[in-house]
Amino acid sequence: MRLQQLSTGELRRQLAGAGLWIRTGPFSHRVQSRIPFVMEGLAELYGQFEVSGADEAFADFHVAVNPPASLRRWLRPQAAFSFDGVQPFKPLPRDQAFPMLEWGLNWCVSTQAHQYLIIHAAVVEKNGQAAILPAPPGSGKSTLTAGLVLSGWRLLSDELALVDRKTGLIQPLPRPVSLKNKSIEVMRRFAPEVFINRPSHDTVKGTVAHMRPPDDSVRRQHEPARPGWVIFPRWEAGAPVALTPRSRAQTFMFLAQNAFNYSHLGADGFRVGTALIDRTTCYDFHYSQLHEAVAAFDRLADSTRPD
Amino acid sequence: MSLSRDLLVRTLRTPDAISGYALRDWDILVRQARAAGLLARLGHRLREQGLSEAIPMQARWHFEAAETLAAKQYTAVCWELKQIRAALAGFDSPLIVLKGAAYVAARLPAAAGRLFNDIDILVPRDALPRVETSLMLAGWHATGLSEYDKRYYRRWMHEIPPMRHVRRETVIDVHHAILPDTARYHPDSAKLRARAVAVEDMPGIQVLAAEDRILHSATHLFHDGELPHGLRDLTDLDLLLREAAADNDFWPRLIARADELQLGRSLFYALRYVRHFLATPVPDKVMTAVDAFSPGRATLALMDGIFTRVLAPDHASSADLLTPAARLAAFVRAHWLRMPPHLLIPHLARKAVVREGKT
Repeated sequence: MRLQQLSTGELRRQLAGAGLWIRTGPFSHRVQSRIPFVMEGLAELYGQFEVSGADEAFADFHVAVNPPASLRRWLRPQAAFSFDGVQPFKPLPRDQAFPMLEWGLNWCVSTQAHQYLIIHAAVVEKNGQAAILPAPPGSGKSTLTAGLVLSGWRLLSDELALVDRKTGLIQPLPRPVSLKNKSIEVMRRFAPEVFINRPSHDTVKGTVAHMRPPDDSVRRQHEPARPGWVIFPRWEAGAPVALTPRSRAQTFMFLAQNAFNYSHLGADGFRVGTALIDRTTCYDFHYSQLHEAVAAFDRLADSTRPD
Repeated sequence: MSLSRDLLVRTLRTPDAISGYALRDWDILVRQARAAGLLARLGHRLREQGLSEAIPMQARWHFEAAETLAAKQYTAVCWELKQIRAALAGFDSPLIVLKGAAYVAARLPAAAGRLFNDIDILVPRDALPRVETSLMLAGWHATGLSEYDKRYYRRWMHEIPPMRHVRRETVIDVHHAILPDTARYHPDSAKLRARAVAVEDMPGIQVLAAEDRILHSATHLFHDGELPHGLRDLTDLDLLLREAAADNDFWPRLIARADELQLGRSLFYALRYVRHFLATPVPDKVMTAVDAFSPGRATLALMDGIFTRVLAPDHASSADLLTPAARLAAFVRAHWLRMPPHLLIPHLARKAVVREGKT
């Protein structure tokens, strides 16, 4: 059953009660919340995700976003995220309740799922090859990811590249794409038909909104992809598109530093990381116009199409 | 299900039972084990017993991921001990390691699948200033405690404020005794140091003798107010006892040593609750002997009410209506044992005010 098949009343009842069971990629969650914004965000962005199944008695992550039990709530409404009774972060203004759920779910994965080498990067796929896009905030990674997945690339993740330690393949986790500040408007202009939810203002990342993942990416969320490229995007006003080869050694060092759990895996982190670099080509990528960037990625995917 | 409250404890006692668990039970088991800091240890136990295949696919990765982390911490602790040893190279006396890091150094079964927060070391009190300076030169610095907390540590505690390494972020607790100066009992640290033993492959590093390790673990558990990992510490004790009991005259030695160090009461509680929770094979005649250290009947009934609750996993599924009261009682009791009333009351009052101010 998919979330969109639940009536609003049923969704509210489950969220306020024992929690909504929902699967994203390889993980199952039980999400509990009495905050309307959280229900609204789930209804708008997670319609295609599986909400009940044979495994329903078990959930990997039991999470909740609820008003904190403090006096502050009478002064200023807040929301607190908890992972099975433990609050890893300070409460945030109620207006940020939905992004807080997203950040909380990312936190659960990045602190627990050590069966993967987890790199802070977006991943998109075309013709069976995955492009890993690591980049510091502000590099235009999310905008580029959103543009690509609205142009025929499959979304694997906008935030967490999950490298399966046994197979070396990338495991999809196609949750909503987080858009910040100007990129919200850029995406609305790029694809007027796209659904982006109500923005939350004044978060630590500025204004944040989430884009609904493409149906096809969600349908194929159990289909891993072979890593093909590691591409460092950089948005620069007025710059022409340029794809330039990049040192593998440097790329490895960057990935190791930007992995959430590289040091937790010990020697195996090195093995998985170097195996990943060995099977990919590495590039730096500069762009200013999103459609030009998408065209450049399409050319790259077509030129290295496996037979 | 009413049986789920002590699911983790029952599983630790009889791992075979997992073959009858439904997916719903695994949901609770994984959560209780994570809350208790025992995911990796339980995973290890199940693997040791050849039961890994009986874990359903959905739950399996939780154990494997925790064991991955534990394995990495094991290696990290070994390496960190060498760094600490090197930082303290100027000292003639050996470096004595306590608790979890000691189990790793001595390669005890209690090291398997154990997760760490810090490394505890024991040094003579008069060496403290030099030890602290040497560790600072090697990159460890006092953690961001309030001035009050720092003063409190230095004046009343048996350890200095925890020191965190600037780059690796590892934390060392430097102790000069195993209980605060202000506590009711004063085990003589010199006696502990005198019987410390060397470990293989780690020159200059020593651990406490088997009985002392157990007594220290017990003392720590039954004098600590917060007990976030009470059950994990109890499984440490269970593993330490099972390993040490292989020695012929271990039990009489343990009892005599507890008496000598004034730690009989802690030993009594330790043996009572490892038996209760984990069915540790403590001979009946040992139980009879440690009865001499038991509190009165009324106190014991109260302690049972407290400890059977606070030593359970800190998870909603393990709690009952009295659990919050039991946790508060354990907190107050621990402080009561650690400080005389004229120090305790202002300290708790201050803590209460500061805590209110934070929320």
